[in-house]
Amino acid sequence: MRRRRPLVTNAEVQAPHAGLAHQFQDLEQQQEADALGIWVFLVTEIMFFGGLFAAYAIYRGLYFAAFQGGSHILDIRLGATNTIVLLGSSLTMALSVRSAQTGNRRALVLFLIATMILGGIFLGIKAVEYNQKFVEHIVPGLDWNPQSAVKTELSPGGLLHAELYFVFYFAMTGLHALHMIIGMGLLLWLVFRARKDSFSPHYFAPVEVVGLYWHFVDIVWIFLFPLLYLIGGRY
Amino acid sequence: MSQPIVPQRTYLLVFLSLAGLTILTTGVAFVDLGPFNTVAALAIAFSKMLLVILFFMGVRHSSGMVRIILIAGFFWLALLIAFTTADYRSRSWTAAPDSWSTTAPPTHP
Amino acid sequence: MSTATLEPRVRAPRNYLNADYGWKSWLFTVDHKRIALLYLVSISFFFIIGGSFAVLMRIHLVEPGGALVQPETYNKLFTLHGIVMIFFFLIPSIPAVLGNFLVPLMVGARDLAFPRVNLLSWYIYIVGGTFTLYSAIAGGVDTGWTFYTPYSSTYSNTQVTPVVIGVFITGFSSILTGLNFIVTIHKMRAPGLTWYRMPLFLWAMYATSIIMVLGTPVLAITLFLLGLEHLFHVGIFSPALGGDPLLFQHLFWFYSHPAVYIMILPAMGVVSEIIACFARKRIFGYKIVAFSSVAIAVLGFLVWGHHMFVTGQSVYAGLIFSLLSFLVAIPSAIKVFNWTSTLYKGSISYEAPMLYAMGFIGLFTMGGLTGLFLASLATDVHLNGTYFIVAHFHYIMVGGAVMGYLGGIHFWWPKISGRKYPNGWAALAAAIIFIGFNLTFFPQFILGYLGMPRRYAFYPAEFQVLNVMSSAGATVLGVGYLIPLVYLIWSMRYGPIAEPNPWGATGLEWKTPSPPPTENFAEIPVVTEEAYAYAPQEAAGD
Repeated sequence: MRRRRPLVTNAEVQAPHAGLAHQFQDLEQQQEADALGIWVFLVTEIMFFGGLFAAYAIYRGLYFAAFQGGSHILDIRLGATNTIVLLGSSLTMALSVRSAQTGNRRALVLFLIATMILGGIFLGIKAVEYNQKFVEHIVPGLDWNPQSAVKTELSPGGLLHAELYFVFYFAMTGLHALHMIIGMGLLLWLVFRARKDSFSPHYFAPVEVVGLYWHFVDIVWIFLFPLLYLIGGRY
Repeated sequence: MSQPIVPQRTYLLVFLSLAGLTILTTGVAFVDLGPFNTVAALAIAFSKMLLVILFFMGVRHSSGMVRIILIAGFFWLALLIAFTTADYRSRSWTAAPDSWSTTAPPTHP
Repeated sequence: MSTATLEPRVRAPRNYLNADYGWKSWLFTVDHKRIALLYLVSISFFFIIGGSFAVLMRIHLVEPGGALVQPETYNKLFTLHGIVMIFFFLIPSIPAVLGNFLVPLMVGARDLAFPRVNLLSWYIYIVGGTFTLYSAIAGGVDTGWTFYTPYSSTYSNTQVTPVVIGVFITGFSSILTGLNFIVTIHKMRAPGLTWYRMPLFLWAMYATSIIMVLGTPVLAITLFLLGLEHLFHVGIFSPALGGDPLLFQHLFWFYSHPAVYIMILPAMGVVSEIIACFARKRIFGYKIVAFSSVAIAVLGFLVWGHHMFVTGQSVYAGLIFSLLSFLVAIPSAIKVFNWTSTLYKGSISYEAPMLYAMGFIGLFTMGGLTGLFLASLATDVHLNGTYFIVAHFHYIMVGGAVMGYLGGIHFWWPKISGRKYPNGWAALAAAIIFIGFNLTFFPQFILGYLGMPRRYAFYPAEFQVLNVMSSAGATVLGVGYLIPLVYLIWSMRYGPIAEPNPWGATGLEWKTPSPPPTENFAEIPVVTEEAYAYAPQEAAGD
């Protein structure tokens, strides 16, 4: 049986003045400032990850064979699955923003939780992949000692440069995973606020801001997957 | 942020396209296209990114300011990659002086 | 010179300083003006620390064999001097102190767009500074502020990790400040304040913020990779481990060159404000100056390879970077011409801020011109790694940025503190600083040209005279810096009370009381005139 929704949300009772921060003249200025703020922040993230991608691009150009060897060790099925899982979480995130837009509190909470579940699955698969690297002893700096089949696969390009590939594998996916974990925290915070009825069609900026962040993290993975897993083809 | 409400169907279609492109790029990796494997992978990734930006992130309906900011960000990253790559690619255009050693670098102490 | 009398004890009107008392009201404030003062205290502290390292270095260098410390210690001194001065003094200085204080006032808003982010920015700065201080106390770092690999990542056994963490963290302080300014300037300008009516200081802050936002993240990721390499002994930038040291340099200088524009653009903004006020004239070529600020920010990102002419970069890349480095000098030169044209036929008065501004123009020009020697590939081969470089960047950073900062502090001090300082002492300090600065750093041009390398703890005996001259100058310079510390603090208690607009300057910040109330404006102002609407005979309030 559906719970009866209150006629007016918490945010609407307090709005328009309570949602307005003291430095702004009106809600529209605040919303525009919030929007501009998150986009400028995302640009800083583009440059942050971008520096990493630039370094990766240089080394991939220099040591293509070694990078190809490293890439073929990765489990392409787990990578592709994870990509679709994360894309699905972007779908549920977009739907949760839409639910906030339409004032559908129940859907908002459900879609946020769905996003978190999919994000959790992504991190779980990532953990499985990382564990596999430890089993195969191909974790640079901590446990680098490739054996048998793995070693054969990595040797043609040079083990030294294959190790470089895995440094980038861990640095890039690790930084990405860190951003995901932060995103999960932000989603949890949103769930709490949403359940307390803090959002309405007039005020859902935090949902939108977290959504933009989440989509950005998804975009990073959209590039990480082909760049790390699909080097040179597997024919 | 007064944006029009996008139908759920649109989002679902975008997701299905994204999933399809993922399967495509994975499949292409099993075909030998030589250097075009990388080109194809990047092209598909760019398309996926555009779909996410335009539809999921709402840039399709956003102001010009947001687009300028995004383009600026990518442009700056392109500058970093382009100029750095230019250095590496052009190093071989001049011969290294004879005095430079070509022996292997020292090993880690 | 005004006599130092105690003003009668009248209850001061409510302003941001007396609105609330207690340490919590300062450490948990979201008022941009209080945050600016938090930064003022912090960066002054780090200036003294960084300056102390410089003093030790100059004492050491009075003798060719070194007079004070072991070479290993000397390496740590110049490293920490650079790190502290660049990351913890110069980069925050004008943006975090004057920018934080003035940007909301100048746009006619009650605060920045994100006041809590502003406070977070200060705390991040403090945490980063703590890591750096720890690394200094725990043994220091000897890699040079440039952290070149593989020495920093593989071979140095000094406190590289804490200092890299410290600088990494502090970078985010910079990013958040820039983000705040960009959003504030775009979205919170008062009615009537169009882009082309903004004071040039705001244009300078905007351009600086663009650099902060686009460049600093690359430094962050570079330091992150350096930290990984240092901690886990993995090969990212070290040849023995499979990497390329030059890649580190590319990534490092992609930020660190634009960083020098983060340091100089705000000072240029200050100079524009001061020149207009003390020549009683609008800045000549307002739009050109505004566009030049943006041009410097953009072009500044395209020249980083000029730091790598002799480290193994390809000759062709060197050619392109050299050409672009010549180009980036053009907007700076345009600004100098515009300031000079502003002075022409102006009603010039020589209060302390103006002395600093004029000193800036001269010294920045010298520093900038010497940059051209370095931008030229052939001469750079001879001059790179010598004291010529040291002199070049100190002319710009100290002769330029620090003079701009001090000029700004002196110009806006009445607004910030509500008090006036004795102009005689201020002028004397400015003169001492100018003389001390030139005595310190001009000999270094000659030393560099003659071939004395930088970052060396000893030198050939024939260079001693010039080195002693430089150290003597450093003493004078140090005295010069101490004097404002004394009279500015003195003025907070004993200085004459300042009226809202003691200089008769234009700009929204001068329309508020001195000091301003917490909410800045009783009513948000409406702007109807251009930025520097100085009437020729407008009298300075006194």
